[in-house]
Amino acid sequence: MSEVNYLDGNAAAGALSEVFAVDLTTATGQCNGCGQVAVFAEARLYVDAPGMVARCNGCESVLLRVVRTPDDTYLDLRGLTYLRFPNA
Amino acid sequence: MERTAIRRRLTWQVATVAEVRRETGTARTIVLDVPDWPGHLAGQHLDVRLTAPDGYRASRSYSIASAWTGETIELTVEEVPDGEVSPYLVEVLKAGDPLEIRGPVGGWFVWKPGQEGPVQLIGGGSGVVPLRSMLRAAAGSGTPMRLLYSVRRPESVIYVQDLKQLAASDDVDVRLVYTREAPAGEPRVGRIDAELIEQYAFAPEDGATTYVCGPTPFVETVADLLVAAGHDPARVRTERFG
Repeated sequence: MSEVNYLDGNAAAGALSEVFAVDLTTATGQCNGCGQVAVFAEARLYVDAPGMVARCNGCESVLLRVVRTPDDTYLDLRGLTYLRFPNA
Repeated sequence: MERTAIRRRLTWQVATVAEVRRETGTARTIVLDVPDWPGHLAGQHLDVRLTAPDGYRASRSYSIASAWTGETIELTVEEVPDGEVSPYLVEVLKAGDPLEIRGPVGGWFVWKPGQEGPVQLIGGGSGVVPLRSMLRAAAGSGTPMRLLYSVRRPESVIYVQDLKQLAASDDVDVRLVYTREAPAGEPRVGRIDAELIEQYAFAPEDGATTYVCGPTPFVETVADLLVAAGHDPARVRTERFG
């Protein structure tokens, strides 16, 4: 069982709430690798890496990375073509 | 209520441990007094942060085990051997201690009051924690709920008394599944499989929303079984932990 070491996007809700004004885990995103459109909560989340890495649950491409240093937070969104969330 | 819970910019705050309760040999429920808690939806979680004397910090996300009643909130934590956070929470933390938390967070794996349709809950091990919050939140609402709860052995069951009490309601059905050792009188020992899902879960045409929570391999297996049995993947929500 140890080879399966990921969580899902839900577990990133706290860290992402520091950066985003909306709940990103309920947002829909498109993977830039395979084009799959999915709710962010369903992404695979790896927290063993330095920072937090979310990968597409279809093709394993990196969707998003959040890395915190003592002074700054780095947000890498290159793997997402878009994010969609309601305006309400 | 959901909006206030989510829109507010979250900050760390210090809760006080009101009570700790041993659930099993490796799991404990921690009751927290939180001075500024906006309420939460069943299924949401919170982050706990520990700071070592040298300033090193580690944080983990834990599901909230209770429904919001305007007073305290409860977490149930299963000890992960060699974990950075859980051994402290399960073995060391005591009533009166402060605990740094941030939440509630997560708006996906949630049951909302007034939500249409029956609710199927499938939990593996401490994956039952957010499901217990849903059972508590929906209790008395008339929402039909079924819980399939997979445990290794009888002494691994968390919330024994609570589940008995909940199962006394006509709206709630609880079925325990033992994977290693079953109590006397229970012939079946084994993981959740297609036959068990067919027998005890709501059928695809019942229009249930299904919540699956547990270790990652458990969640993957159960979600695949549900989809193979004809359940709409859009109505199956999952939450994995390591």
